[in-house]
Amino acid sequence: MDMAVVELSRLQFALTAMYHFLFVPLTLGLSFLLVIMESIYVMTGREIWRVITRFWGKLFGINFVLGVATGITMEFEFGTNWAYYSHYVGDIFGAPLAIEGLMAFFLEATFVGLMFFGWDKLSKVAHLAVTFLVALGSNLSALWILIANGWMQNPVGARFNPETMRMEVTDFYSVLFNPVAQAKFVHTVSAGYVAASVFVMGVSAYYLLKGKWTNVARRSMMVASAFGLASSLSVVVLGDESGYALTDNQRMKLAAIEAMWHTEEAPAGLSIFGIPDMAAQETRFEVKVPYVLGLISTRSLTGEVMGINELVLKADERIRSGIVAYDAVEKLKVHRTDMAAREQFERHKADLGYAMLLKRHVADPRSASDQQILLAAKDTIPNVPVMFWLFRIMAGLGFFFIGFFALAFYCASACKFSKPWFLKIAVAIIPLPWIAIEFGWMLAEIGRQPWAVEGVLPTFLAASSLTVGQIWTTIIGFTLLYGTLAVIEVRLMIATIRKGPVEHHEPEMSRGSAGYAPLPAE
Amino acid sequence: MEIPLDYETLRVIWWGLMGTLLIGFALTDGYDLGVAALMPFIGKTDEERRMAINAIAPHWEGHQVWFILGGGAIFAAWPFVYAVSFSGFYLAMFLVLSALILRPVAFKYRSKHSDAGWRNRWDWALFIGGFVPALVFGVAVGNVLQGAPFRLDSDLRSFYEGSLLGLFSPFALMTGLLSVAMVVMHGAGFLSVKIEQGPVLDRARRIGSVAAIASVILFAAGGLWVANGAMGFRLEGAVDPNGPSNPLFIKTVAAPGAWLDNYGRYPWMVIAPVLGLVGPLVALLGIRRRSHVLNLAGSSLATVGIIATVGLSMFPFILPSSINPQSSLTAWNASSSHLTLWIMLIVTVIFLPLVLTYTAWVMKVLFGRISLRDVRTNPDFY
Repeated sequence: MDMAVVELSRLQFALTAMYHFLFVPLTLGLSFLLVIMESIYVMTGREIWRVITRFWGKLFGINFVLGVATGITMEFEFGTNWAYYSHYVGDIFGAPLAIEGLMAFFLEATFVGLMFFGWDKLSKVAHLAVTFLVALGSNLSALWILIANGWMQNPVGARFNPETMRMEVTDFYSVLFNPVAQAKFVHTVSAGYVAASVFVMGVSAYYLLKGKWTNVARRSMMVASAFGLASSLSVVVLGDESGYALTDNQRMKLAAIEAMWHTEEAPAGLSIFGIPDMAAQETRFEVKVPYVLGLISTRSLTGEVMGINELVLKADERIRSGIVAYDAVEKLKVHRTDMAAREQFERHKADLGYAMLLKRHVADPRSASDQQILLAAKDTIPNVPVMFWLFRIMAGLGFFFIGFFALAFYCASACKFSKPWFLKIAVAIIPLPWIAIEFGWMLAEIGRQPWAVEGVLPTFLAASSLTVGQIWTTIIGFTLLYGTLAVIEVRLMIATIRKGPVEHHEPEMSRGSAGYAPLPAE
Repeated sequence: MEIPLDYETLRVIWWGLMGTLLIGFALTDGYDLGVAALMPFIGKTDEERRMAINAIAPHWEGHQVWFILGGGAIFAAWPFVYAVSFSGFYLAMFLVLSALILRPVAFKYRSKHSDAGWRNRWDWALFIGGFVPALVFGVAVGNVLQGAPFRLDSDLRSFYEGSLLGLFSPFALMTGLLSVAMVVMHGAGFLSVKIEQGPVLDRARRIGSVAAIASVILFAAGGLWVANGAMGFRLEGAVDPNGPSNPLFIKTVAAPGAWLDNYGRYPWMVIAPVLGLVGPLVALLGIRRRSHVLNLAGSSLATVGIIATVGLSMFPFILPSSINPQSSLTAWNASSSHLTLWIMLIVTVIFLPLVLTYTAWVMKVLFGRISLRDVRTNPDFY
């Protein structure tokens, strides 16, 4: 494989996925905030809540459309840029994506049109039900895509079939109820709820600082502070560390996050600060809190958290076992019915992926030297300093949001959001959830390296057979297209926020528009 | 777990479901592609164009899911096809995706400013978002019929040896134009039931007539080309429809004229090309007689017939290889495992009827013709 093709494919996937995920969290969270706001409208019948719902609905719509548009790329990018991956694991990985379309995308996309255009065509309760179905649809799509992603991190319920040269599903239930996927789902949607709550808080605080639309702003903040407090607790408490003890790669990820070079005696301590050094394999200026890591990751006082070097030794063993499996597969390619090779394969099949790590260093893994095996084993260490810091920034922000929403919740009753310093903080922190969320993705996917699918398929073998020129063309193309759309989107968002929930104040609406000029609501 | 249906049956069912999906996409999103491609021509004033936009505005998002689901379903049911075709047609896919990304954004953002230049730019973005995907999909079908230049190695990794410009052969260009004509005919048919009497409706009828005539001519010409050109592939030797999904196990050869084999073997299949020819004529009749329902029914029948013709002519082939026929992908050698096909069938049987039900309900709630007055007064309109 041409490594430039692999690295560029990774770059493009990271760019398009992270760009897509700028819009998704707001969709996940704002849709449920709309449900809450509209429920209050339906229950109290007070017109102000209709205005509130419709106003946030407008911002929801501008954001939603880019989430949908950039999601189109994602659905096809496995095929365009990761063709061998798609062949190799499509039998398992394709199913959640298809179910996502059938069960979730249809739901949200069909009802979102009715949500915008059906205000006068539906009863109050029916419209609320439509809004709820949009929220349900977008959150269900997160469930399915995280089942797919969880399988890449912890590939359960599947086996390699030498006749078709790919992984095939053996137990669909374990794919569905994969503990890594479940933890990821709760963690990710909660993060989306936090992002939406911070967004609503910030925009409302801006209005309060300007003294505009205070009726709308104060009520919105009330809803967002309660929703935000619950979700910021959930995102930290139900962080996805719970799955980190399950597989070697997940263990390696944890060790890298903690820059823990050697296995410590149980229960291991948690680093708060340090400067990890990959070459020297040590962490300088480390500050540790005893016991905490062992408690979090193994949920016990006696569970051991393995260090990086011990995990490399284990990888070395698995590569050697994998070579035997690889040899058997090559024999089966020649004689489909070779029973001895079949048996040899069955004994070592769990390690087949590890032998494929060698293809980066030698064309035929069977002729690898001890040194090449060691090199391949060391490839299983992800980028430790990057992991270490991504995690600390993400987790630090997570704790900050709990503090912020606790304060907001307190302010709601104590000062009715009247303190300017608090409002200024609320405006200033609008970008922070997006930083935490994007860092979370980087942590999960950089931490998965060198694997596309943990223990099954290395990333460098997963890419399509493309040329560097082709990938540069699309990277530049997507960057220009997405960049332009981002500028337009942010300007429309700001214009809509400046204009405010305008329909409530008729005089404001007619002012400045001489003669007939249709004022679109969207 | 014991799977009640054998592998062969499931593979045939999934071949049918993929065809259904493709037709579902063409029937529903075809409206939106067609109307979008017509945008700069259908309305002379902003209000006229807004009538057309608001006719599809509440629906396009749901329709587009047919396309997304198509991607997911190919991935789940035919992983080989997903891997080989999208990586092979790499830059063409990029063109389609970029155009389709423009479309939702254009619908939503066009109305945010009343500035004429702003709106005009988005109208052309809509044109691209409708015309380019329709053309490239058609070109892709042409290439599939002729065979694509790819080969598989013993690890079943695919290598593609063509270029973007190589896709635009004369035959593929013709199928591309057929696809555009078909989609425009269908979009115009949709507008004719969705818009009140007036200049926009008159234009939709005129454009619809031209597109219907073009569809008949191009479809007939395409049929003759396939019958007489050097096109077609055939499986040789013993074929095990229950065998493992590995293309290298089945011998395939290029066989000019083989795309007509199925019509000799299963004469009932002739119904598809007949529909493809009669459908546009029914649409034309509907336009002449001012029967909008007949118009839309005709364009729908044409869409079903034209797409089904391609699928039935090629069965069991899905994506033949022009440079190494041995690598060709068929319903027998490119599918998911027996278990995955079964699980996905259960999911489809549960959810597809549900989707169709609520889509129909939403259509019903929003039923009615869009008038100039709606465009002027409804604050929710784009």
